[in-house]
Parts: sequence; structure tokens; C-alpha cells
Amino acid sequence: MTAASLTAARSFVATPVRPIGSVEGQRAFAFRHAGKRFGDKTVLDGIDLDVPAGQFLAVIGKSGCGKSTLLRLLAGLDRPTSGSLTFGVAEEGHSRTRFMFQEPRLLPWASVVKNVEVGLTGIASGAEARQRALDILGEVGLADRADEWPSVLSGGQKQRVALARALVGHPQILALDEPLGALDALTRIEMQQLLERIWIAQKFTAVLVTHDVAEAVALADRVVVISEGRIALDLDVPVERPRRRGSVELARLEGKILDRLFG
Amino acid sequence: MSSATRLHNNAIGWLLPALVIAGWEIASRAGVMPANVLPAPSAVAEAFWRLTLSGELIRNIGVSTARALAGFAVGGSIGFALGLANGLSTLSRGLTDTTLQMIRNIPHLALIPLVILWFGIDEEAKLFLVALGVFFPIYVNTLLGIQSVDPQLVEMGRVYGMDRRALFFRVILPGALPAIFVGLRYALGIMWLTLIVAETISASSGLGYMAMQAREFLLIDVVVLSILIYALLGKLADSLARLLERLSLGWHPAFQNG
Repeated sequence: MTAASLTAARSFVATPVRPIGSVEGQRAFAFRHAGKRFGDKTVLDGIDLDVPAGQFLAVIGKSGCGKSTLLRLLAGLDRPTSGSLTFGVAEEGHSRTRFMFQEPRLLPWASVVKNVEVGLTGIASGAEARQRALDILGEVGLADRADEWPSVLSGGQKQRVALARALVGHPQILALDEPLGALDALTRIEMQQLLERIWIAQKFTAVLVTHDVAEAVALADRVVVISEGRIALDLDVPVERPRRRGSVELARLEGKILDRLFG
Repeated sequence: MSSATRLHNNAIGWLLPALVIAGWEIASRAGVMPANVLPAPSAVAEAFWRLTLSGELIRNIGVSTARALAGFAVGGSIGFALGLANGLSTLSRGLTDTTLQMIRNIPHLALIPLVILWFGIDEEAKLFLVALGVFFPIYVNTLLGIQSVDPQLVEMGRVYGMDRRALFFRVILPGALPAIFVGLRYALGIMWLTLIVAETISASSGLGYMAMQAREFLLIDVVVLSILIYALLGKLADSLARLLERLSLGWHPAFQNG
């Protein structure tokens, strides 16, 4: 390795700002005046949201505000009743969006590695699928549990398997529906750090729905607050990574969001 | 649990039957139990030996087992197929479930007079009764199993791009399997029960027939022998079902240490 490339490598590691690389400038997806109505109940109304590729977006709101519906639209589980949703790379779209649920939703009758292989349905099979599943299990720190049943894992470990399943197919967009909500506080922080690390390494667009404001400002580049089906606040989080939990900057942003939620 | 302790537990299960037989033998020898009420186990063993040598016992066990399995295969596969169809399709369930639930409430043994009129005492009569008896536990439990599959897992499968085939074989069927096994074990019990009744009433071969013949000639040791063989065959069928269960439900917490 030459001296020049060494220097380059070092500066790459030391830079806290995330390298965007090839996806720079591209759009991941955009909602245009999108609305969703169930019967005569309007859940989402006139949503305009433009998300560049590689962004980590957090969506916050009180329960019933429509934030989960927004995520379901993004994942193709529902269709908007008005307006539109377009993806940056047209022919990919829903198929390259992965969904991580609030519950792990692992198949109890399949081993850990087989559960991760579910994420490769239609992408890879056989020995290749197993190898890719084992690799990603290594990244979430569960390589040694590959052949065990999900029932013997702890709650945090199950959610790590679910994360591995969501990421094994290299999605362009990862939609997360309060996936850490049911974990205890310490496991939660561990999972947040793991999620951030993998996001930095894999360069996907992350959309995290959460009710935890501290989690949102710790992880996201941008926080969107949804209230009564509309975007009430769209806030950038210009804090460099790695972020220090409980720093003044984060606390100030957190306060601003809470004011908007309850003000 | 290690295999040594499992063996140990199995052995414990046989302790009580062994004690009962020992007590029974002692009571018979002491004259407390008259031989025309209940012959001594040694007399039953003698009858067993006699009938084995003449080939009569093996032949009758073979005939009864073949009947049981044929009826089970017919009734079980129809019940399984209908259970799957009605679990997966609301149209199919709407069409057939009400009818099936009505028929289910008729005790199938109440049909014996009708069945004898239809089929005489030929093989079809026994096959029909066993198939009918086995049908319902398999049908009801397969349907229940499919309906109780976690809808969250089905949604997960869809989101991850599984087609209908993959969804069925990787999510729905494995999820329904524990309930299907409950139906299977229940059906095996009904299978023997139905066959014994049918053979006792109308047959010209088989274990039930052997017992009825023996009654006519007051061969009470043969009657007791037939009853014991029923008990053993029932236990054998149940053990086989449990083995299958353990092999295919290894993921289930209930089987991970048992």
C-alpha cells in the first residue's frame, strides 16, 4: 500500500461525516400530496416528503397520528388513496424496501440462519443464501447462534436476527416500525449503536418510526414530526457522528421536538 | 434430557402394568380370582403361544391392522385435504363447513345398522366406519391449525416476497403442524375403537372376530388375550405418532427438553 492510499484510508476512518459515495444526489423516494383514508377516516393528508438516498430519517408522533401508515405505504403494504409515492430508481422501489416490524416475527420452526435466509427470498438460494446469511449474522454478532432455534434467544437477540433478515438482501430502503420499542433500556442503546454502525457501512436509506425522541435525535439526520396526519415539523439534525448521548446539542433539538409535540 | 434419562422414564411407565400383572397372577394362583372370571396371566400367555403356533393370531392381527390402516388412509387423507382447503379458502369453508359440522354430531357408530344394510359384513363396511371415524379429528384439527397460524408471520412472509407456495410450505403448514398432530393421535385412538366395535358386531376374520368366536366356545383366555393385544396395538400407534411428532416439531419449546 502506498503512503498516499494509507493517508486516504486513515482520513476515511477518522471523518465522522458519513461517505455517501455513489448514491450522492439521488433521491430514495418522494411523497407528493400523499393521503390515506380508511373509510371516512383520514389517516394521512397532503404529505410532501422528499428523502435523498442514504439519509437516516426518523418519524415521530403520538400513537394514532399516522406514522405507521406512512411506513406501510413506503413498504407497499398499503397504497395511498390520493397523491403519489415515487422511488428514485423506478424499476426497483417496493421490492428493494425491507420492513422491520415492532416484533421480531421470526419463524419458530426455522433455525436462526434459515430465518435470515427468508430475507433472500427471490434473491438467492442454496449455499449462496446460507453464506450471505452467515456473513450478516456475523455483523450483528450472532454468528455462533446460526443453527439454534429462535425460542432460545433473548428479546434483543431475536431483534438482531430480524435486523439481519432485513439487511441480508442489501435493501436500498429500510423501514423500521418501532423495532426497539419492546427492548429494555440497555439493550436498546446497544441496538441503536449496532443499527447506526451497519447503516454507515451499508449506505441504505433508513426510515425509523419511533415514539422515543431521544432515540430519533441520536440516530437520525433528519426528524419529521407527524401530527393529525400532517407533517408538523421537519427538522435537520446537523450533529456530527459519532454522537454523544445526552450532549447539549442533542438535548436542545430534543426539547424543540417535544415542544412541537405538546406545545 | 439425555437419552439415558428418557429410557429411564419410559421404563417407569411400564412399572405399573408389570405390577398389576404380577398381582393378578398371584391372586389367580391363590384362588382368589376364579379362572372362569379372569384366567391367570400365565394362562393368557399360553393361549398367546398356542394361537401364535397355529398362525391364527398373526393372521388376525394382520387382517385387523390392514383394515385399520386402509380406513385411516382414506378418512385421514380426505379430512386433511378438506381441512387444508377450508383453512385456506373462505369460499370452500362457506360451502362445506356447516354440512360437515352437522355430520360430525352424529356418532359414527350409530351408523352400524345402516352400514350393514349397505355393505353387508364385507370389508367395505369396516373401511367406511373407520374412515368416517378418523375423518373428523383430522379435519377439525387441520382446520384449527391453519386458522391459528400467526397472521403477523403470514404478513412478514408476504412483505419478504414469498409466493403462495413458499408461504404455504414455509409458514402456514409448519405453523399448523402441532394441531395436526393432536388430530392424528386422537384419530389413531378412534381408529382402533371403531375397528374393534365393527369387528365384534360383523366380521368373519380379525381380532374382534377372534374374541367373539372365543366367547362362543367359552375360551376366556383368548378373550383376555385379544383385549391385551388391542391395548398394545393402541400404545404402539400412539408411540409412533409421538416419535413423528418429536422428529418434526424439534423447534417447539415443548419438545426441546422432552
